[in-house]
Order: sequence, then structure tokens, then C-alpha cells
Amino acid sequence: MDWIVYALDYLLGVPILGWGTMVGFIWKALLLLVSLLLFTAYILLADRKIWAAVQIRRGPNVVGAFGLLQSFADLLKFALKEPVIPAGADKAVFLLAPLVTVLLALSAWAVVPVSEGWALADINVGILYIFAISSLSVYGVIMGGWSSNSKYPFLGALRSAAQMVSYEVSIGFVIVTVLLCVGSLNLTDIVIAQQEMGLAHMLGVPWLSFLNWFWLPLFPMFIVFFISALAETNRPPFDLPEAESELVAGFMVEYGSTPYMMFMLGEYVSIILMCGLTTILFLGGWDAPIDLPPFTWIPGVVWFVIKLCAAFFMFALVKAVVPRYRYDQLMRLGWKVFLPLSLFMVVAVAFVLQLTGWGWHGGM
Amino acid sequence: MVSEFAGFASLAPAYPELLLALGALVLLLMGVLAKKESAPWITGITIGLLIGVGVLIVAAPSEGVIFAGGYINDGFARFMKALVVAGSVFALILAVSNAEAHGLNKFEYPVLVVLATLGMFMMISANDLMNLYVGLELQSLALYVVAAFKRDSSKATEAGLKYFVLGALSSGMLLYGASLLYGFTGHTQLNEIAQAIALGDRNAGVIFGLVFVLAGLAFKISAVPFHMWTPDVYEGAPTPVTAFFASAPKVAAMALVIRVVFDAFEPIAQDWQQVVIFISIASMVLASFAAIGQKNLKRLLAYSSIGHVGFALVGLSAGSLVGVEGVAIYMAIYVAMTIGTFACILALRNEDGYVETIDDLAGLAQNRPFVAAMLAVFMFSLVGLPPLAGFFAKWQVFLAAVEAQLFILAVIGMLASAVSAFYYLRVVKVMYFDEPTQTFALPAIELRVVIALTGFLVITYYFTIGAPLSQWAHTAAGSLF
Amino acid sequence: MVLPYIFFYLFSAIVIASALMVIASRNPVHSVLFLILAFVNAAGIFMLAGAEFLALILIVVYVGAVAVLFLFVVMMLDVDFAEFRSGMLQYMPIGALIGIVLLLELLLVAGTAYLAPEGAGSGVLPIAGGIENTRALGQILYTRYIYLFQACGLVLLVAMIGAIVLTLRHKPGVKRQDIAKQVARGKSGLEIVKVESGKGL
Repeated sequence: MDWIVYALDYLLGVPILGWGTMVGFIWKALLLLVSLLLFTAYILLADRKIWAAVQIRRGPNVVGAFGLLQSFADLLKFALKEPVIPAGADKAVFLLAPLVTVLLALSAWAVVPVSEGWALADINVGILYIFAISSLSVYGVIMGGWSSNSKYPFLGALRSAAQMVSYEVSIGFVIVTVLLCVGSLNLTDIVIAQQEMGLAHMLGVPWLSFLNWFWLPLFPMFIVFFISALAETNRPPFDLPEAESELVAGFMVEYGSTPYMMFMLGEYVSIILMCGLTTILFLGGWDAPIDLPPFTWIPGVVWFVIKLCAAFFMFALVKAVVPRYRYDQLMRLGWKVFLPLSLFMVVAVAFVLQLTGWGWHGGM
Repeated sequence: MVSEFAGFASLAPAYPELLLALGALVLLLMGVLAKKESAPWITGITIGLLIGVGVLIVAAPSEGVIFAGGYINDGFARFMKALVVAGSVFALILAVSNAEAHGLNKFEYPVLVVLATLGMFMMISANDLMNLYVGLELQSLALYVVAAFKRDSSKATEAGLKYFVLGALSSGMLLYGASLLYGFTGHTQLNEIAQAIALGDRNAGVIFGLVFVLAGLAFKISAVPFHMWTPDVYEGAPTPVTAFFASAPKVAAMALVIRVVFDAFEPIAQDWQQVVIFISIASMVLASFAAIGQKNLKRLLAYSSIGHVGFALVGLSAGSLVGVEGVAIYMAIYVAMTIGTFACILALRNEDGYVETIDDLAGLAQNRPFVAAMLAVFMFSLVGLPPLAGFFAKWQVFLAAVEAQLFILAVIGMLASAVSAFYYLRVVKVMYFDEPTQTFALPAIELRVVIALTGFLVITYYFTIGAPLSQWAHTAAGSLF
Repeated sequence: MVLPYIFFYLFSAIVIASALMVIASRNPVHSVLFLILAFVNAAGIFMLAGAEFLALILIVVYVGAVAVLFLFVVMMLDVDFAEFRSGMLQYMPIGALIGIVLLLELLLVAGTAYLAPEGAGSGVLPIAGGIENTRALGQILYTRYIYLFQACGLVLLVAMIGAIVLTLRHKPGVKRQDIAKQVARGKSGLEIVKVESGKGL
């Protein structure tokens, strides 16, 4: 009768024989993956719609009502086209690059808690994990740009390498300031810290929980993080790696059909990740903005998605209204403005925390 | 695990290091923020800072072991630090009026010298393999940069690169040895390593570790067979930098060797003595013969420095108090002689610029009798002729060797010394007996002062500083036993 | 549970295989990519050993920053590695000798672990229970090892000074953008003209 147990185990993910936890994990991962991909499809649509709205256009509106099925039509189109690989390309690396991009973008989501306890793996060093994964994402771009064996992709790859490495530094410091306040690298702890302490508690109005979140006390870092996140994900106005007016499409020039789609997918998944990270680090994660009914009746995951969408709305607006930076301006902003500013803030925050004893002491 | 900070007073033994570190940062900031041409006055402030640190070391002794046992400041460390500071100060003074010609007229040069000095201090005070390594790296990294400082000269670049690559190799060996030591003894602190060795038997892992660590350190004191970089680097680097290389880092590395062998390997004295005796003999012999064919004065001095390290190691081979005392005195006298000699080389300037080959010295005695006379004094002293300082240096180390029954070593040392007399005296011969081919410009005032000062010390060593120096070296060496 | 073992052997096998490929592959860019693969899998092994902080820092620092610069440089080099290798036979004996010495020593180290396990374990200090290793590292890094920590900072400072001194050149005659100046310029040199519609200037 063992096989029945195994089968049940396998299907339900009930931890009967040890392997069960593993299988349950796989189910959860699949669930996350599917919802993430669906979400990405609509985020993509939203991006285009917002962009269109700013320019007083309609945007995609043909496929499905209001163009709701546009992304799926695009998916079909990309998937059915013939992949073209340039003769001079380094085939293996060429095909590996989009895969790397998309896999890394997806794997970072493993540690993101979308609601209390709703994370695939709530590891101790969650924020470090995300940071590590996002620092790897530059490889997709470099590999793609180099292996295409063509000028524009190569230039795009070089730009991208310098850009991502530069902005990672300030993102790192921003994260450090948050960590100083929280005292834990666990993403759930970071959200809980924003529930349990902060300005609202100090002012004696703990139900105004949106005042608790870190966006307020760490406001300059919030801005730095937002802008660096734009640069880190190659979003306009920092889309120099693919600057179409200079480099055609940068590192993606030689890509078409499914590989190209994977680049797109990876890019958008990591954009959503950055929005999610903004939510967790600065906007209180799944915490309701006002700690009173009816706000508390809404489940945390909904709040998380709402905040994430708000962050993405900003991403999309920036894309629509800000012109592209010149390369030296980009470097100047990263190294000469953000780096000193965030470094100063790390020191300042540490000083304030040490002198006042503020900061969260809950998660040991 | 978490310990409360015990206040700044508890850091007193490390005040010189703290002062240097802060000074380097402030100087760097000043240099960056100041408008152009900040190099001269930053050099001035740096010299002041270094002298201040020297005074602090000598006059306000604060000894002790701090930073969880990783840092030690004792009499020996203070003696060596004072020597290092002297070397650094003179290296900066030598560069004052020659900065432009040697490409050193940037404010980073004094800052890097301060940082290198800091690294040497950390080496001298290292009581832990980790501190040792970090100090060594700080020092080396600053020196690699300083070697290539004249970046438009291909020779200087070559020197920097060569030094860097071989230095990295030696660091690798040192680290490999250190990891073996840690693996087999379970400790990184020197005295704890010694205890672990004394308790356990002397196993092959520890011996391997010892050999690799000594090999890595031998590179830093440029002892044979790890001397290959020395002539090229000495020749390629700007002359004031070469003077610096030949003095301060040697002292620091020698101090490090002494501390490591006495603190960590005390229970296996026979083993390290074998290694030290070997590199000592190899250095003395090779340097004496290889220097004979040299035409460039800086290369010649490179071999000379290799040889002198060999002689100093003779004292260490004895493994006794007298031996260490001898090494300390030797290093002090060596620094004085080296700085003086390099000051003389810097004084060799004709209308075309600086010259540095032996043939160029022809007729120097008629042209610049003072420089020639002093250079001759330094050469005689380097040979070890009485009553000059060099003689007393060698006398002390050979005495220690004889006391320790190392007769063969002493004899080989004397023979090597005799051979080396040939090339030192050739310099004197060219200066005094060859026909002059060119005229030399008057050396800058600070060069003359340095030459006169070091010359005075070398000539009158026995009557002036000899006794107090021996006394101090004796106390210093005593703190190791 | 058997899973950690499976992963351990998986990671180790990939580390070794990719390390081999680093020296075996003809294309330097491939070498660097394999090096990165090796790093990532080494991080995986750290992770299995419970050193999560070390694992992720390895990725952030080595893979995310150092290897990117590596790749950056290697991509732009035009090195014919086949040419490099042509002289390899000459250096083979000395290379092999060093390799054998290192191998022997490694065997020696591993051998001691087998012959005298108590000796090999003497250097291992278990982390006090209940403290995650990030916190544990932080607690000794800024107290016990503060001297080394600061000294390492100085080493990096020297590296930075060195890089600047040896490579920075101020070209004369280059126009530089001074953004603060531009922003502070005000309206001088600028005239705002109200143009009536349909008229033109």
C-alpha cells in the first residue's frame, strides 16, 4: 500500500514521509510562479497603458476588452516565431543569456513575503539573498551583449555592466540603513519592525500605521532607492544598455522570438521585484496603512499588491515623462551624488540609533 | 563575546598607529581639497607628523598587549618602530628637492609613505598571524604603488609591476604557511602557536608552515633565494623611493622575522635556525659575487642590501639575546649607511640630469670632494672597516654566531665580506683615481645635511651613539626573551 | 535526510567540473563564466554548511562585483590563448613540481584529519547556539577584530589611492560639465518671449 501513501503525498504535498514537505514546496513554488507570470502579463499591459495615457494615446485596446489579452497575444506571437541566431554568435552563451536573466529574476521571488508567513523560504538573510541575486542579473545582459558578436549589443553590455555595478553600491547602502533600523536581515522581520515601531507609535497614534513605515524617517534613502532601482533594472531614464536611439536595442539587438521574450519577461519580473522590495523596505509590506477596520479586514496580500502596484505606477510614470540620461550623467549621479549621500546616511542613521536607542529590538 | 569599550586610554600602546592612520586620512583630505601644488607643504606636514610619532614612540613609551592579544607593543617593537620612522622621514627628506625630476611631486607620495609606515608598524607589532598579514599587505600595497609612482617611465612601471607580481606570490606563500600553521595548531596568535607546538609533537605540517611563512617573509627582506625582484625594483624605482625601500621596509620585515621565529617557533628553534642559516649564507655569498659585475649604482646597492640582510641574519641564526641585539644594532647602522649612500647618489646631478652608473662617478673627488669623501666613507663602512659603524655592526653579529658555536657560518660571512670589499672599493677607486668626464651640480641643501649627518654618525659611531644604541638594543632584545 | 548530501555532491561536482573548465576552455570569456559558475556553487556549499552570510557575501562580492569587472576586461581583450599555451611545455616540469608539492601537502593535511581527528578538530569553534551567523560575525568583527577590520579598510584605501595615482590623468582642454553651475545660472542669457498665437516671432 506504500505507493498510495506516496501518491497522496505527492499530490497533496502533505508531509507524510519527509518528501512531502519537498513536494508541498514544489506546489507552492508553482503557485507563486503562475501568479507571478500572470501578474507580469498585466503589469506589462499597465505599463503600456500608462505610457499611452501620458501621451494621450489609447494604448493596446484591440485584443480582448480594453486590450486585456494583449500580453497573451504577444506571448503567442513570440513563441511561434522562428528564433534567429546570428552566424557569428557564441551559440551556447547566446541562448543561455535570456535563460539566466529570467531564472534569476524568478528565483529572487523565493524569499519575498507577500503576506505574513507567505514566503516560499523565509530565510534569515532574505534581503542579502535578493541583493545577491539582483547583483547576478547583470550577467544576462553581459552574456547576451557579448555573445551576439556585434557592435551595438557589445556597447550595450559594457554600459550595462558599469551601470549596474555602480548603482548596486548605493542600493547596498540604502539597504544597510534599513537594516540598521531593523537589526535583522529577514524580510518578514523588516515588515514586522515597521509595524511595531515608528513615528506613529512615538506620536501616540499607533493606528496611523503608514506613519510607522520607513519611507518617512528614511525619506532620502527612499528616493535614492527608487532611483537606483530604476537604474538597476535598466528602466528609463536609465535604459542606456538598450538605448534605442543610440544602440538600436542595445544588448537585445540580435534577439528575437522566444529568447527576446525571456529577456522582456526577466526584465519585468525584476522590475516587479524591485517594486516589491520598495514595498517591504519602505512601505510596510503587507501592513494596512491604517490599523483600523475596515482596512484591517482586507488581507495582507492585497495590501502588498496594492502598494506594489503604486510603486510600479511611479516606475511607469517616470518612463513616460523623463528623458534618458546621458552616460556620464548617469555615472555622475551614481558615484558623486548617491554614493556620498547614502554613505553619509548610513553613518548618520547609525549615530542616531546609537545615541537614542531607537530601532527595533524584537527579532533576535 | 561582546565586550564593552574600555576607553581610549586602553589603546595607549597603539597611539603611534592611531596617530599615523588619522594623520594619513587628514593629509589625504587636505591634499584632495587643496588647490594645485599642495605636494611640498603636505610633505612638510608629513615629515612633522612622522617626527612627532617618532618622539611619541621614544619619549612616551606605553607598552602592552591589546586588541584581544593581536597587537603587542614592547621594547623591541619600539626600537624597530623608531628605526622605521627614521627611514621614512629620511626618505621623504631625500625627495624634497628631487620630487619634480623623479615624478614624486604629488601629494599622494607622502600620504602613501605614511600608510606604508603604518603598515610597517603593524607588522612590527603583530602578535597574530592575521595582524601580521594585514600589516604586511598594507605596507606592500603602498610600496608597490610608490615603486611605480613615476608612471610615465617604463622602468618605474616595470619595477612596480614586478614588485607587485612577486610580492603577491610571496604573500600567497605566507598565507599558505599561515593556514597550515593554523590548521595544525588551531591558533593564530604567535604565543599560542608556540604553546601548541610545545605541547604537541613537532609534526610535518608545522614544519611546512614554518618554511612557507619564512619563505614569504624572506621575500620581504629580499633574502636569497627570494631576492630576484630587488635589483630591478631598486633600479627602476625613483631614487628617493629606492632609499625608502632599502631602509624602512627591511627593518620592519626583519623585525617581523625575529618576532615570528622567537614568539611562535621558539620550541622548534633547531628547525628555523636551519632555514635562517641557509638563507643567510645564500644571501651573503650570492650578493658578494653578483654585485661584482654591476654597472649601475642602484643595482649595486640592491645586491649590497641583499648581502647585508644575509649578515644581519647571521645574528639571528645564533638564536640568542646577543644575536637579536646584534641584528637590532645592525639594522640601525644599516639604515644610516643606506640613507647616506642614497643621499650621495641623489647628489650626482650634472647638467643633463641625474646619473647613476659607476662610470659616471669618475673624478667626483675633484668635482665634489665632500660628496666623494662621504660616499667613500659609506663604502668603507658597508665593507665593514674599523673604526666605521659598519664594522661594529658586523662584529656584533659575528660575535653572536661564534658564541653560538656557528663557526662555519661566521667564517663564510667573513669571506663574503672580503669578497664584497672588491666592489665597494671599486666605487672609491673610480671616484678618486679616474679622469673626470663631467661636472656635477651642487647638491641641494637638505641632501648635504643628510649626508653630513649620516656620515657623522657612521664615522664617530664608536664615540657617540655606539654605547647608547647598544644599551637600547640590549633592552629591546631583552623584551623578546 | 538524504537531500543535503545530494546537493552537496551536486555542488561539489559542479565546482570541480567548472574549475577544470576554467583552465581548459579555449575562450577566455568562457573561462570567466565557468569561474562564476564555480563561485556560485561554492556559495551553495557554504549555504549547506550553514554559513549563509558567507555564501551570499561570496556571491555579492565575487560574482556580483569582482567577476563582472573581470568579464568586463576579458571581453575587451584580444588575447590568443593558444599562443600563450605554446610555451607551456617548457614550464611543465616546474609547474608539475609545484603541483605535486601542493598535492602532497594537501594529502598531508587531509591525512592528519584521518589519523588524528582530535587534532584536526581542535581549531573548530562552534557558534554559540541560537545566534544566526550574520549576527555572530558582526559581534566579533566590531569588537575583537576591530583592529584588523580597520586595517583592512586602510588596505583598501591604499588600493584606491594607488589606482587613482597611477591611472588618473587630467587632460588639458577638456570641457567638463558642472551641473551645479548650470543649475545656479539663473536666467542670465535667457529671454522669455511671449509669442502671440498666429504671429510668429
